[in-house]
This record gives sequence, C-alpha cells and structure tokens, in this order.
Amino acid sequence: MAEVRVTARLDIKGENVIKGIHLEGLRIVGKPGDLAQKYYEDGVDELLYMDVVASLYERNSILPIVNQAAHKIFVPMTVGGGIRTLDDVKAVLRSGADKVAINTAAVNRPEFLSEVARIFGNQCVVLSVEAINRGPGEWEVMVDNGREKTGRNVLDWITEAEERGIGEILITSVDNEGTQKGFDLELVSAVAARATVPLIACGGAGDPEHVVQLLRSTRVGAVACASIFHYGKCGVPDLKHRLLDDGIEVRP
Amino acid sequence: MICVVDYGCGNLFSINRALDVLNIDHIVSDDPETVAKSGRILFPGVGTFGEAMALIRGRGLLDALQEVADKGGQIVGICLGAQLLMSRGFEYGEHDGLDLIPGEVHRLPEPAGPTGTRIPNIGWRKVDAKPGYGDLNVLRAAPYFYFVHSYGVRCTDPADVKGTINVNGAEVPAIIGKGNLWGFQFHPEKSGRVGLQLLDQTLNRRHKT
Repeated sequence: MAEVRVTARLDIKGENVIKGIHLEGLRIVGKPGDLAQKYYEDGVDELLYMDVVASLYERNSILPIVNQAAHKIFVPMTVGGGIRTLDDVKAVLRSGADKVAINTAAVNRPEFLSEVARIFGNQCVVLSVEAINRGPGEWEVMVDNGREKTGRNVLDWITEAEERGIGEILITSVDNEGTQKGFDLELVSAVAARATVPLIACGGAGDPEHVVQLLRSTRVGAVACASIFHYGKCGVPDLKHRLLDDGIEVRP
Repeated sequence: MICVVDYGCGNLFSINRALDVLNIDHIVSDDPETVAKSGRILFPGVGTFGEAMALIRGRGLLDALQEVADKGGQIVGICLGAQLLMSRGFEYGEHDGLDLIPGEVHRLPEPAGPTGTRIPNIGWRKVDAKPGYGDLNVLRAAPYFYFVHSYGVRCTDPADVKGTINVNGAEVPAIIGKGNLWGFQFHPEKSGRVGLQLLDQTLNRRHKT
C-alpha cells in the first residue's frame, strides 16, 4: 500500500484561520502564517487552504497568504475557495500553490474542469465536493461552503468530473465537518468505490483513533485534519506515530 | 550560476524560492543563447510531454540543450523535465524527447485491486536509492519525496537508474543519471528540507569525467 498523506486544512477568513462546525459558526483559531509554519516544521505532508468566504462574496483574499507561506514552506499546497476563472487558477499557481480545489465554479459550469485540466494539467485539478447525507447511500453536492443545495448526487457528480480530467478529489462531509466525532466512513467508502483518482478525506477528525478508523476501512490517498491540529489535541508527529504503530504507511 | 529554463511549462515559483533559500545563484531564461552558454541547467516542467516538446522547439531551445549536454554541462530535470530527457514519450501519442538519456516514457501501471496505488500517483513515496548516486547515505536516511505523475520513464540502460519507487508492482525510476545529466521524477522543491538538501547537493556537485 502506498503512503497516505497527512494534510492540514486551513480554512481562511480574511486574515485568520477559522474553524466552524458543519462549515458554519466560525471561530478564529490563529494566523495562517504561524499555523502553516508550525505544521510544516512538524512534518505535515501537504497544506490545504480554503478561502471560506470567497465563493460567497466572489473575491479572492487568500493569494497573499499563500504567497507568503510559499516563501518558506516546501511541501505541496492546494488552494480552494472562489476559483472561478482560468485567470484565478493562474494567479493561485503563481502565488506558489501546486493545485487548485474547485467546487462551486465546477458545479455551475462543469466544462471549467476540462479547461483547467487541459491548460494546467490534470495533476493540478482537485475536485472539492461538499457532501450532505440525504438518506441511506445518498449524498447531495453542496456549494458555497455547505450553504447551498445543488440537487446533484455526489457519486454521479464524481463520475462526470472524472470524465472531465480531474486529478484528485477532496471529499468533505458537511454532516461531520467540525464535529470531531469521526469521518463519515460510509460516504468515503462509497466515493472510494466510485472514483478512480486519489481521494483526500475530510470532515470529522477529532482524535487519532478517527484517522486510524478511516484508513483501516477505506482506501484514500490522504486525510485532511483541522480541529485535531488547531486545538492541539494531537500534533502531526503524534498522529503519524500513531498511524505507523498501526501499520499504516506514512512519511515518518 | 544556474539557469532555470522557462519554456512556459509549469510553475517556477517554488523552484526559484528553493534556490533562493539555498543561496544558489540563478537566472530564469527562455533565451537559447543564454541557455547554451550556461554550464548548469535546471529544467523543470509540468504538463504533457508532447506540448512541452513543442514549446521547447518553438523557442529554439532544442539545440541549446543539446549543446549544453555535448559540452558536458549539467542538466537537472524535474518531473516532466526529467521525462523530457528521454528519447521518446507516449503521452497522448508518440513524441520525440530530447534523447539525452536513452529510454522511453510510458503511463504508469493501473492498480490491480482496491489496495493498489491510484493514478495519478500523488504523494510522498519512499525512494529506493541505487549505487551511482553520490549521496546514497543521505537518501537512505530520509528517503521520502513528493511525487505527482501519471507517466514514468523506462531507461534502456539499467545503470542510468539511480533510484526507484514501486508503483503497482512496477519499479519506476525516481532518480535517473548519466554523466552530468540528472532527472528527478519527484519534486525536490516540494519535498521539505530533505528535498532542498538533495537539490543543493546535486547542483553543487558535478560528475568527474
């Protein structure tokens, strides 16, 4: 089995890293520069920046934050939130990011995914999916940070997006996000069974046991953690030790 | 002075920042004359094989890169840049490469079952270093590097393979080297301190011919 990436997700609002529950009720947890540097030094495998207000207000405030981080941090960075045009993608990549995570703009106009993939390569297109449970085995795609319904079925959407050339999927459970009660294993398993590209599972990690559960029962390429790191419940090195002890391959 | 070749394929931000942090003098150029005159070339690249070769040809860089190699200069290819050093690539059709290291570029094998590695191969992988790379001990002490690719090289001469990773049962070259020509399939500029260290050592040493 290939090594799983341990990624830290930084939800950005203005100049701060915030954390919500179900992607709402936002609370400031720190400065992006400080947290990113700490996680980098702790051995995080990737940083995930999400501008949580950009889709709503149609603006991008995250670029200087990413750019500043990219001056000192030499691990991959994925940036999402409010990416709507090819120029947005170019600006994000020029700031030092490696990949863009696209949700709302792709739902509004799926061809956008093909356009980004064709110009910048599949490897840089991450489909961000915010999923909300609608019954057994049924999830709906949400946009604008879990606020707006789309009527789209998550699994069908993933198939369509894969045909358009995405390189990876970030799957966030809106139901579990911020609750620290564990991942939606059913959702992640269903997406893993449907998708062929690597997955980043997000939403619900409250302690290392949740991550172990996820990685034992599903096949994902990466796990995204926020609360667990932000609130100091468990650091990156402790989490990685725990995973290694459990026979799960990670970069030590 | 190192010349980072900018042929319009990919993101040079992190490469430049890595060289800054390492205090390695460098310029970024797409000018064939500047490239040809440089004794040391850093050759990055993201995108597809055929398109990248078309851009290189379009900018008149083909002869310039050949000239650097002929004079025994150093060329270090990263990711797609490493693949372009090969003779041919089979990504969306068949394309001629720079043909500086004999071999071909093919799609990575798909996973055979649910526990296989999905393609693109994205993540930190453990490189199995082979003799021939000067910094074997460093590599063996901290062998994890960040990869993101769907294609991999196959060297005609096994001696050109200096490090591999295992992707779905196949030994895929991660480091290739022939004289002063080097290729890294991973991104040293995205592989933390170890990646920077490797970049530093590679750019500061030359094969004695």
